[in-house]
Amino acid sequence: MQAPNSPALADAAANWTGAYVHIPFCARVCPYCDFAVVQGQDDQVGRYIEALVTEISVGGSWRPLDAVFVGGGTPSRIDPGLLVALIERLAEVHGLNPDAEVTMEANPEDWSSEKSDGFRRAGVTRVSFGAQSFDPVTLGTLGRRHGPADIMRAVERARTSGFSSISLDLILGTVGESLVSWEATLDDALELPIDHVSIYALTIERGTPFGRAVAAGGPSPNEDDQADKYELAVRRLGERGFVQYETSNFAKPGHACRYNLTAWAQGEYVAYGLGAHRHLDGTRSWNVRRFDAYLNRIESGESPIANSEALDAIAKEEERLIVGLRRLAGVEAGERGRRWLAGSAGQRLAEAGLVKLTEGRLVVTDPLKADTVAREIVGA
Amino acid sequence: MLPNDRIRNFSIIAHIDHGKSTLADRLLERTGAISEREMKEQILDTMDIERERGITIKAQAVRLDYRAQDGTDYIVNLIDTPGHVDFTYEVSRSLAACEGALLLVDAAQGVEAQTLANAYLAIEAGLEIIPVMNKIDLPSAEPDRVAAELAGVLGVDVGDVLSVSAKTGEGVEELFERIVADVPPPAGQATDPLRALIFDSYYDAYRGVVSYFRVVDGSISDGDQIRFSATGDRHEVTEVGVLTPAAVAKDSLGPGEVGYLITGIKQIGQAKVGDTIINAADNNVEPLPGYAEPKSMVFSGLFPSDGEDFERLREALDKLRLNDASLVYEPESSRALGFGFRVGFLGLLHMDIIRERLEREYGLDLVATFPSVAYRVTKDDGTELEVRSPQDLPDPNSLAKLQEPYVRAMILAPSEYIGTIMELVLTKRGLQTNMNYLSPERVELTYDIPLAEVVFDFFDTLKSRTRGFASLDYEPIGYRESKLAKVDILLNGQSVDAFSAICHRDKAYDYGKSMVGRLRKLIPRQLFDVPIQAAVGSRIIARETVKARRKDVTAKCYGGDISRKRKLLEKQKEGKKRMKMVGSVEVPQEAFISALRVDSDE
Ligand SMILES: Nc1nc2c(ncn2[C@@H]2O[C@H](COP(=O)(O)OP(=O)(O)OP(=O)(O)O)[C@@H](O)[C@H]2O)c(=O)[nH]1
Ligand code: SF4
Ligand SMILES: [Mg+2]
Repeated sequence: MQAPNSPALADAAANWTGAYVHIPFCARVCPYCDFAVVQGQDDQVGRYIEALVTEISVGGSWRPLDAVFVGGGTPSRIDPGLLVALIERLAEVHGLNPDAEVTMEANPEDWSSEKSDGFRRAGVTRVSFGAQSFDPVTLGTLGRRHGPADIMRAVERARTSGFSSISLDLILGTVGESLVSWEATLDDALELPIDHVSIYALTIERGTPFGRAVAAGGPSPNEDDQADKYELAVRRLGERGFVQYETSNFAKPGHACRYNLTAWAQGEYVAYGLGAHRHLDGTRSWNVRRFDAYLNRIESGESPIANSEALDAIAKEEERLIVGLRRLAGVEAGERGRRWLAGSAGQRLAEAGLVKLTEGRLVVTDPLKADTVAREIVGA
Repeated sequence: MLPNDRIRNFSIIAHIDHGKSTLADRLLERTGAISEREMKEQILDTMDIERERGITIKAQAVRLDYRAQDGTDYIVNLIDTPGHVDFTYEVSRSLAACEGALLLVDAAQGVEAQTLANAYLAIEAGLEIIPVMNKIDLPSAEPDRVAAELAGVLGVDVGDVLSVSAKTGEGVEELFERIVADVPPPAGQATDPLRALIFDSYYDAYRGVVSYFRVVDGSISDGDQIRFSATGDRHEVTEVGVLTPAAVAKDSLGPGEVGYLITGIKQIGQAKVGDTIINAADNNVEPLPGYAEPKSMVFSGLFPSDGEDFERLREALDKLRLNDASLVYEPESSRALGFGFRVGFLGLLHMDIIRERLEREYGLDLVATFPSVAYRVTKDDGTELEVRSPQDLPDPNSLAKLQEPYVRAMILAPSEYIGTIMELVLTKRGLQTNMNYLSPERVELTYDIPLAEVVFDFFDTLKSRTRGFASLDYEPIGYRESKLAKVDILLNGQSVDAFSAICHRDKAYDYGKSMVGRLRKLIPRQLFDVPIQAAVGSRIIARETVKARRKDVTAKCYGGDISRKRKLLEKQKEGKKRMKMVGSVEVPQEAFISALRVDSDE
């Protein structure tokens, strides 16, 4: 089994094919969330899925898929039968490789045994639960609708249904969360039969309720607190056999997320749905973010694409480096990476011990400083 | 030409806000100089800033035709002067153009510091002083007490104090009669060679330099060839006239008359305030005494927040200087703030006004460094120099003597506050030299005190500790040796020039600590710990640390975020380019700016 952080795996992903499908429905929008989501539109689910199917069909065939990612929003809110239709359509249009990874995001409170089995039967192989915390107070602050018991039940059910990978998303550094509470969250998560963990530091996004509260002078997450919690997580997960392979991601061997590896390797992927981003033929493009706009466009036979960006060779190489650097395997330095490292900015960071060259790869030694390095590479 | 005995020249002088400009309104109104329709409050305060702040900044002359009760016609030239201590210079030069002065006192406030200071100036200038109590309409007026105080100050009979209300016009008639009766007519002879004193000059974009003058001897006429005695240049008079307050051209002005002059010169320096206008042909005329140059009391570095604006700042200062001879400046450069100017001001109000005009009239966004006074330095080798910026202070080891400017400060307050004031002054290194009771309730305290202690927050503190009842005036009395220290602020061991300050040794710690504290909050975290220190020489007196940055990564990076992510990094990188490097520390210019902008009491 390949180690999640192996350079060979990281680089192989550059040639994989991905597909992203966005399901925007949420029971209630969480106060920190700035994704393309809608609430109170559940009566539109059928219409939206139909639009997705149309978008997939109209887009035409590409290459057989190695990784499918059904993200949200809350994909677990919809009926497994609707997902069957989507996955079948993808398989018909592009083809699905035999060992393809099919991930879906899920909220623990939705995960009944029926849904668990239903989604598994629909062809989902990997489920990623938005657990966020095991501390009821923190979950309350985050506006989540589940409790710790919901997470435990959901994971057990998923195991029973036979998903091959189960992942938990955890958020660290919520205002009011103590280090002890975070440690307990980690311990509780590690008690469960999971294969993968994603750790996110809470970020305050403009335009969200949290963003407005902070702008109005409310308390904001503390950098040092988040760094402490992050470092604790890295240690604790490592002790329990989870290998860190990206800034925020940890997996047991064989359980690295293929879809994300593809994105970080600058691989290509198709994408469907509200606000979805794709990377095809060297061009990045993204769909409109407004729900009604997306539906109207698809239904009137128009392209849902809001904008696109074709990178020239230099920008492309730069992008490859800055995205690739987030991986613990680092990124093949190439000529540009070597030149940068030999220059003044590169030397300064190397002397500060932030970046090094190992077997031809640029590697960030402290994942918490990945942006410090990336910032020096852009436009250098 | 009018005979001298029909001319009366006087200034209106008083403490700030005692009603000089309002009284001038009434005098203008009474003589019909201004129609009812044109009338507005403090009509002689013409500058925007004067109107907004409700204070007079520049002295303003106006000529009135007054028919006395006995039917005699007089020409009355009045000069309305500013009351604020920063502009005392304007008062002195106005007085030099007059034979008399109306000394105004607010009937509710009583005698205050500038009442005394201005009274002394008028006495020194040998003027006839008419004591006038104003605002007698106020319910809070205490006419008996205030009249006695005012009479006491001037050593005159209480019965000589006139009572007026510049608001209602009460007493204005009697005042006019007193002016023509008491103010002596000018003495000059029309047949003598011309001598006229320039008491103000300003630059007009269309007409060039316009100079205000007072004829002392002789006369000046349209078409005359004249010379400015100091510069020696010959010019032809293209226009003479008087201000009523509208400019009215005249053929000729004789002894005692006050008017304006245009010769077509473009450079204000050619018609300097205080210079004497003489006939071009006269070679043996003794110039008039003139004035001492106005003296800058405080200096501050002014830097455009946008470095690109340096030239615009220079042009703006050049323009302001045309009408404000007291404004002095020289280029200064700072590692932290870029290029700017070291500017000298008459005081903090003057500084505030100049900054506001630069920002408003010239659209500049400015950063000012901490104001400082000018120090006098004597080096080991005996050379002396004036240091207007802490940056220019030579190595302390090479200094034989370091002196700071002192002032004589006069504080007038109700006697119940004597203890409070003495306590305050003690903390400001003041030395009491005199105590004088104007009345049992009112006392005048005199101190020798460092200018640096008086010029900044002293007045505010004094006001608040005396519930607004104390007033302050001061005048320079030269330099004295002091235990001064230069405090440097070091960022990772490197001194940041814009934050250095010279202060008394006992205050060095307070300054250093507050500055270091402010910077700690403003300097972004770096890759490494950054010590911020305040140092006197090699001794560290205060220290804070900006801890190294621990987390610099956005948590999420899904496939979808890649374009956004790159753009965000590019934007942040762009922002980094505008950072100033102090050694290896990256500091956004805004951090320096905010550190300087925080109120000094924080
Ligand atoms: N009630 C009353 N108010 C007056 C009188 N004279 C002036 N004031 C008010 O006092 C304030 C100050 O008047 P100014 O004429 O501007 O005073 P000033 O002495 O010219 O002030 P500076 O030029 O700044 O020194 C204004 O609000 C006037 O309206 C008066 O006789 N009675
Ligand atoms: S459930 Fe997830 S996608 Fe929906 S609002 Fe909350 S955080 Fe956003
Ligand atoms: Mg006035």
